[in-house]
Amino acid sequence: MTYLRPDFRHPDAPTNDLGYTSKDYEGALSTLCAGCGHDSISAALIQACFEMSIEPHQVAKISGIGCSSKTPTYFLGNSHGFNSVHGRMPSVTTGANLANRDLKYVGVSGDGDSASIGLGQFAHVVRRNLNMLYIVENNGCYGLTKGQMSATTDIDSVNKSGMVNEHQPIDLVNLALELGATFVARSFSGDKEQLVPLMKAAMSHRGFAFIDVVSPCVTFNNNAGSKKSYDFVREHNEATSALDFVPMKDEITTTYEQGSSQEVTLHDGSVIHLTKAIKGFDPCDRRAAIKAIKDHNERGEILTGLLYVDTDPTDLHDMYGTSCKPLNSLKEDVLCPGNATLQSINESFR
Amino acid sequence: MSSNSKIPSLKAINELVIKFANVNGTGSASANNMFAKAIFRMGIPVTPKNIFPSNIQGLPTWYEVRISEKGYQGRRDGIDLMVAVNPQSMAKDVQAVRPGGYFFYDSTRPLDIRYVRDDIHYIGVPLTDICRQEYTDPRQRQLFKNVIYIGALAALLNIEFTVLSDLVGDQFKGKQKLIAPNIHALELGYQYANKHFSCPLDIRVERRDLVQDQILTTGNNATGLGAVYAGATVAAWYPITPSTSVVEAFDKYASRLRIDAGTGQKNYAIVQAEDELSAIGMVIGAAWNGARSFTATSGPGISLMSEFLGLAYFAEVPAVLINVQRAGPSTGMPTRTQQPDVLSCAYASHGDTKQVLLFPSTPKECFDLTAQAFDLTERLQTPVILMSDLDLGMNDHMCEPFTWDDAREYDRGKVLNAEQLDALTEKGERFGRYNDVDSDGICYRTYPGTHPTKGAFFTRGTSRDPYAVYSEDGDVYVDNVDRLNRKFNTAKQILPKPMLVLAKNANKKSDIGLIYYGTSDASANEALDNLAAKGVFIDGMRLLAFPFHQTVEQFINDHEQVFVIDQNRDGQMRTLLVNELDALPSKLIKLLSYDGMPITAMNICRQIEQRLFTENTSKKAANSASSSKGGK
Repeated sequence: MTYLRPDFRHPDAPTNDLGYTSKDYEGALSTLCAGCGHDSISAALIQACFEMSIEPHQVAKISGIGCSSKTPTYFLGNSHGFNSVHGRMPSVTTGANLANRDLKYVGVSGDGDSASIGLGQFAHVVRRNLNMLYIVENNGCYGLTKGQMSATTDIDSVNKSGMVNEHQPIDLVNLALELGATFVARSFSGDKEQLVPLMKAAMSHRGFAFIDVVSPCVTFNNNAGSKKSYDFVREHNEATSALDFVPMKDEITTTYEQGSSQEVTLHDGSVIHLTKAIKGFDPCDRRAAIKAIKDHNERGEILTGLLYVDTDPTDLHDMYGTSCKPLNSLKEDVLCPGNATLQSINESFR
Repeated sequence: MSSNSKIPSLKAINELVIKFANVNGTGSASANNMFAKAIFRMGIPVTPKNIFPSNIQGLPTWYEVRISEKGYQGRRDGIDLMVAVNPQSMAKDVQAVRPGGYFFYDSTRPLDIRYVRDDIHYIGVPLTDICRQEYTDPRQRQLFKNVIYIGALAALLNIEFTVLSDLVGDQFKGKQKLIAPNIHALELGYQYANKHFSCPLDIRVERRDLVQDQILTTGNNATGLGAVYAGATVAAWYPITPSTSVVEAFDKYASRLRIDAGTGQKNYAIVQAEDELSAIGMVIGAAWNGARSFTATSGPGISLMSEFLGLAYFAEVPAVLINVQRAGPSTGMPTRTQQPDVLSCAYASHGDTKQVLLFPSTPKECFDLTAQAFDLTERLQTPVILMSDLDLGMNDHMCEPFTWDDAREYDRGKVLNAEQLDALTEKGERFGRYNDVDSDGICYRTYPGTHPTKGAFFTRGTSRDPYAVYSEDGDVYVDNVDRLNRKFNTAKQILPKPMLVLAKNANKKSDIGLIYYGTSDASANEALDNLAAKGVFIDGMRLLAFPFHQTVEQFINDHEQVFVIDQNRDGQMRTLLVNELDALPSKLIKLLSYDGMPITAMNICRQIEQRLFTENTSKKAANSASSSKGGK
């Protein structure tokens, strides 16, 4: 853990469109192990929110239980956070989102929290296409209880005490795709270049945006033989494409080489520019994404990047036809039908 | 077979119990409802009870209607007239009739000799035959059979025919084509009975004006409606008998009363969750974010929701939970009533946890207490559980009409807005989410998104200091959990107070008390009347909330012995009283009923009289023993 962090703020620190410095998006000091992948993910989130000029208090951070679920304390200190119960972050976020559709919701979970105890809630929040960013900080083990294997531990992966995993792993990315998720990506905590634009795109997506971030556990799952160690992931990951995220209000200034690039325009008008590493990969083709992930998996490789996006999704509020005004802002005049109506209802009981 | 003049007949006007024995899934429910409603519209107090299986089609189901011009609405033992149209249950049904009572059956086929008793009257109407002659469609034959027996009962019991035909008109409003055939079916039964029996019978009804402006509805309907009036905007639930109709009622009324006129958008959201854990999680998430939210469930759902209830208690997030109780343990008797979740709700979740409970006993109270529950949960920042039950929730009950004070404002509790946060800073104060500045145990909260730089805090199930910062410091922990106790003391002052029913005994103060709650109310009141008529004077107290108001302790102190009615095996309310009030266990006497049927006044009287009789005899024995000892 990092004990010290200077309060000093450089007078010339760059500010964003709202006049905030990146420090305004930081949280409390992390108490995770030094070198933990999760801290890099928090840093990427801070950078993404800063660069996107999101009002910090317009974000709600919600998590379950575990090392990953502790992290919302370590970013966006001016946002409300909710560290709920194990595996139940999706339901709390669903309720929160129904109450106020105007905030941005960032759910942080881990592989134990989402692939084991919370697999049911994970599946159903995908089905509901809840408008949120759902991050799984996937280290393939239970860190907070000292290194037990998890449901995403890869087959034949060896843990620190030399045990070999023989159970089939659950790949949350494939599961999300099968269940109809409208934005699916995988990344690596050590690859900020990829992670930051993915987070920006995910937060601009109007629907359920899922990012599975492989995030090595330096203490319990970073040994030789582990398939979620820094070394292994660095050597075995292949990106679908390099990403540039251009927010709705900005002009596209970079020129890209013809043929190898693709532009995906999101519902809010922002654009994801992809410079393809894999020829012919189309992030708007769900079936092709599932196949590409499985092909890589069979070769022992991890496919990262934007895997699938539906650019015109129907989120939960659309399905329900709920009020455009946040439900939590409605008052008695709208909510309470009054006594005269009640007296006519009484009549139906006579 | 028909009414036999040699057998003495029961004689009663407007004091009777009629029971219908049907097969479920045959459309009998709407015909039987019409019967009860007709009595109600004749101005006579009526209490119908559905006794149904956990099944959709083919199993026995009963509908028991108590008619009481004295206004008693509890269940009464003994059947005066059995309408036995289910051969499966006939053997048992015939035994349930009181001597001198009546057994109504389908006489298309001769009655099995085993069902013939020599102390009751038999009324055979060839229902199947009549239907076979009148209708060709098998479904019509089935449905109209029910309407025909209602027509026959109208003649036998003196129900005004126009009341029934008006009800048919109301029931099929908008389906004009169905009105005439239904009235025709009523006439078929009416005429048959008039022609073959001497109508009306000695047990019958007569029009009165005792209903006045009262209404007849179910507790679940009232609860759903109460949630609409209370401003609930998020309902999350998982289907479970007997609570399902709570959210259905909320949906029914919200879809009529909560649609934005301009846009057609809904000013509410209902989520059918994947399970009860998710349902309560959504409720907590929505309430944390400033929306009024609720869920409805029953015992198994309470078990599943317990972890989240502990979180809401400890993190101090509002939540309204409607528990329509059914017989446990486990799946138990899912379609039978009980009050079996008192303890599991009062102490729901691990650790030192307590929950606020409300106990309605009529649909009117379901409406009022549901509305109040939303104010209480936000004022107290802790879950509030409305403890209804299957009898109250799913059966029609007569009660005062619902009313709403249009000047009423919702109590949203202690919530700071952006201006208030700025004002706090100007005064040089720091916002602390768990800082008890008012010393009532209740602290100020903020909704997410309130202010760019102030008032944000981290909600957690872990121990924290007054500023919501994680802490494992023992002193900080103790301060916090002691404050939660302080909050529960505050709760005692603002929760609905118990109702005292003092014995009408002018001569002296009664030294016996009776404590009851929820659906034991009607039978308890009837029992107190019946006992007083025999010279046994008992003071009653009906509990409306937990934690208990200080008058409950006072009531126990003021009486030598106190009976506690529980519709569960273990006397759970008694345990709660002993535990919370340090009441002397020997003073609190269990009075139990837990067979899944609503408790009767007769049962209450029997248990009290037995106890008092035993005590008197043992006292006498002790006295005579001591006097004989003294004599030696």
